[in-house]
Amino acid sequence: MRKVRECVSALVRQCARFHSRTYALTHSRTSVARYSLSPIPYSLLFALLLTAGCMDRAMTGEYGSRDAPPRLPALTQNFAPTTSNVTVPEDGQWTMPARDYASTRFSGLGEINTRNVRNLRLAWTWSDGNFYGHEGAPLVVGGTLYWVSPFPNQLYALDLTRPGAPLKWTYKPPVQMAAQGVACCDKVNRGAAYADGRIFFNTLDNQVVAVDAATGAEAWRVRVGDINRGETMTMAPLVVKGKVLVGNSGGEMGVRGWLTALDAGTGTIAWRAYSTGPDADVLIGPDFKPFYAQDRGTDLGVKSWPPGAWQQGGGTVWGWISYDPALDLVYYGTGNPGPWNPEQRPGDNKWTAGIFARDPDDGQARWFYQWSPHDVHDYDGINEQILLDLPIGGQTRRVLVRAERNGYVYVMDRATGQVLSADPFVHITSSLGVDLKTGTYLPNPNTSPRTGTVVRDICPAAPGAKDWQPTAFSPRTRLMYIPHNNLCMDYEAVEANYIAGTPYVGANVTMHAGPGGHRGEFTAWDPVRRKPAWKIRELFPVWSGALATAGDVVFYGTMDRWFRAVDATTGRILWQFRTASGIVGQPITFRGPDGKQYVAIFDGVGGWPGAVVSGDLSPEDPTSALGFTAAMADLPDHTEKGGTLYVFALP
Amino acid sequence: MRTSAKVRECESARVGTRLRTCLPAGANEFAAGNAQSPPSRTVADDAARWISPRIVRCSLASVIARLRTRRCGGRRTRPGRRVRAGGLCDFPAANSFAHGGGRHVAGSESQRASRGRRSRYSLFPIPYSLLFALAACSEGRAEPVVIDNTRAQPAAQLAAAAPAQPRTALRVCADPNNLPFSNQAGEGFENRIARLIGEEMGLPVEYTWHAQRRGFIRETLRAGACDLVVGVPSSFELVLPTRPYYRSTYVFVYRKSDGFRVASFDDPVLKEKRIGVHLVGDDGANTPPAHALATRGIIGANVRGYMLYGDYARPNPPADILAALGRGEIDVAIVWGPLAGYFVPRQKVAMEIVPVSPQIDVPFLPFVYDISMGVRRDDPGLKADVEQVMMRRRADIDAILREYGVPRVDRRRASASQEPR
Repeated sequence: MRKVRECVSALVRQCARFHSRTYALTHSRTSVARYSLSPIPYSLLFALLLTAGCMDRAMTGEYGSRDAPPRLPALTQNFAPTTSNVTVPEDGQWTMPARDYASTRFSGLGEINTRNVRNLRLAWTWSDGNFYGHEGAPLVVGGTLYWVSPFPNQLYALDLTRPGAPLKWTYKPPVQMAAQGVACCDKVNRGAAYADGRIFFNTLDNQVVAVDAATGAEAWRVRVGDINRGETMTMAPLVVKGKVLVGNSGGEMGVRGWLTALDAGTGTIAWRAYSTGPDADVLIGPDFKPFYAQDRGTDLGVKSWPPGAWQQGGGTVWGWISYDPALDLVYYGTGNPGPWNPEQRPGDNKWTAGIFARDPDDGQARWFYQWSPHDVHDYDGINEQILLDLPIGGQTRRVLVRAERNGYVYVMDRATGQVLSADPFVHITSSLGVDLKTGTYLPNPNTSPRTGTVVRDICPAAPGAKDWQPTAFSPRTRLMYIPHNNLCMDYEAVEANYIAGTPYVGANVTMHAGPGGHRGEFTAWDPVRRKPAWKIRELFPVWSGALATAGDVVFYGTMDRWFRAVDATTGRILWQFRTASGIVGQPITFRGPDGKQYVAIFDGVGGWPGAVVSGDLSPEDPTSALGFTAAMADLPDHTEKGGTLYVFALP
Repeated sequence: MRTSAKVRECESARVGTRLRTCLPAGANEFAAGNAQSPPSRTVADDAARWISPRIVRCSLASVIARLRTRRCGGRRTRPGRRVRAGGLCDFPAANSFAHGGGRHVAGSESQRASRGRRSRYSLFPIPYSLLFALAACSEGRAEPVVIDNTRAQPAAQLAAAAPAQPRTALRVCADPNNLPFSNQAGEGFENRIARLIGEEMGLPVEYTWHAQRRGFIRETLRAGACDLVVGVPSSFELVLPTRPYYRSTYVFVYRKSDGFRVASFDDPVLKEKRIGVHLVGDDGANTPPAHALATRGIIGANVRGYMLYGDYARPNPPADILAALGRGEIDVAIVWGPLAGYFVPRQKVAMEIVPVSPQIDVPFLPFVYDISMGVRRDDPGLKADVEQVMMRRRADIDAILREYGVPRVDRRRASASQEPR
């Protein structure tokens, strides 16, 4: 605004000079009254054009525009902004999609900062020749960049030490093409992980693969699931203490969810923890000490279901895992219960839509908390959780922070599982709140879907306030950077459908923008003050990941093809680049062999909201893609498919 | 829609109506909603159009000429006053600018005299601002407007709707592992009916195989890989359905030896039996029996679910529920009629089939469905041909359905129970 004021005052000075001149011209006795183009329209036009030039050139009308601009108050506490679990020192590499075990997605590289990011320019590009949704994060280890493509999940290694990053090798796993018919939501892959000289990743048809990072030779490949049972795998593994942790997808297909640990050296399965069933299957034993009463008892994974329904219980593990080396606990969420209609599965349906803390050596559960008991809205609980040490109530607490699908930002004690706060970060009608005394989620009975009735404006919609797209955290600003959705849905059960020849009446779900009319937001959230610092509204759901850097620049991408750099403190857009296709991937940054800092992002729209493009769905059928098409029918106007890596650097 | 927005943008620049020529040639045809497919245009084509003669015409010349006329012409000054005309009037006349030559000099003598003392353009910003405005307008918005009518119709549909190449085969989309409906060996009744239609139309039958689950229509029929789906619910919106050729119902199936009878969801005996239903996993929606039991409080203890998808590596996964009934794992199975009609006689255990009641549960949960064939929505020709065949060979189609034991509730039959085979 200050700049605008300066522009306007400069304009006024200019105009005054002009006016004085034309005043003389027009008000001489001999001037003609029909001097029709009077000074006023001239100055207005001039003012408009000048102002347009003065305005932040990154302002793109309503979208990409900020709410609640800058000005964090001065720090009142002498608080050392660290996360105790940033175990990977800043070495310019990116060895796992979340950057570190705490899942901060924060880079200590500061060469690119708020002053010079506007000079960021494209260094080189590369395409993987694949047109499905590109949700993954590339890895950079040493002088090599690694990428796992969407199905058929080929692993590429690019040589960063040579100009233009030529391809070093490709590893092509043998895959079952039939897996494509089973995957629910585009054939994405969310990334690989590097450890001990190997790259580990999952294929859609349930294989876990270990490849030698230097040569591309396969070390081992193990099939851990069955597409004929409806299982697929899309998540990025996490390697902890010599074990590769992986989880499955397929909750709608009657799949029973699990987290499996394989030995990183040999690929043998060390343990598997199911998300439903008896305690022996869920690896609940004497160490299990959930914080809340509703999670205590034996065999709750059976008892909180009708008999036998737990066998098709869902609770798949297709999202993010974090690890605390000090407490020696891994944290991960479970998906929604399926495939029963909710009335047929009364009970809390444990252990779906919740978060587990487990010992990585043997998988034994330490605690559990359920975000959405007896979920009826498809609120998978698999989002990322950031492990932080935050000042709460006068002490430093070891917490995890989760921007959850059901619309709340949870801050939980990660040692005990206690919920310290749960605050909405979007408009919510599907629940009334979270009772912090009992840890209970309070659903809103008015917005529960019921057969044969129409329920409107269930907010957030099925993709939630935020789906899998991961948050970043900056220890310098102490803000979380949350890419998320602003969607509500209407539910009617009237549509005739059929599977395998059997007709039924399907849920007719259509989604639409939430309050404000914009479908996505990028929010900077202060987990200590428990409120947003600033928000950026976007046209489409912000389905990409976020990246925070020590240069106080935060990066994210939009489905309408913008890759944006914003000021981490104020949210002001400092730089943006229009990519060829929409962005649903995770940005990374690394130090190249030449010592410069690079920022990399894949374009290639897809995933669930992008299915209308990547899956060639017809925009005329609003209920396709489980109702997402209704809210995304204009996506094809903004983007086509794609699959290109962009790497940026300062000149 | 985008075209009219563009027109509004140009017009609102308020620098003259000539800017309507900013639009690319032929754009008005598209704005009128002409459904013809436009010649394919690339961004390079658009750029060439924008930059070429269009920009010169749509530009400074006419606009400045107009402004000059108003500003510089006809102004009277008092005698002796030196007029610093400045600005626009110093700009070369439009004609000279456009044609690179000629000196039409407007203005009064005193103006022309004063102008002569200035041989360079004024740096007065307004004409430059107009330049920028015009340049911005003629560049268009950040993204070039591409009018692509093909977006509304996938390319395959356009090909299908193109002036007819005569059909050389009857291309059918079907599930390769889904008896009694179809399988890759051609043993299903939909295979038989497809063969019948092919015979009648004088065409060989070709199949595109795909599991009949989410994405089936999109990846087969709508992708143009095949033209006909032999069985869809008549109100299925993703296709253009023919008239229905049979109506069937969900049925209760139970072992004859058990000695009880059930004919309605309200029968109290249901509350005591172990019931099996098929599960779909479509976002909380399930086969209607699953919902009907829930609304009557029959949940939990006695209800078992069997996924329709089953283990696709084994033959006929939806039939597993009837095998379970035969083994005694459940007492009553509630399944879609044709499934029961085909598999029950093939079970080792004798079973009874009874249509469910009511036929439609409140508030809106039908157990009875009309089944039609389906074609792409823009293929009414095939729909008409198929309906002709269905009419002419109605008796044969009914015979096939009877052979497979499809329970029908659309004929004047006393009972829809299975005919003896």
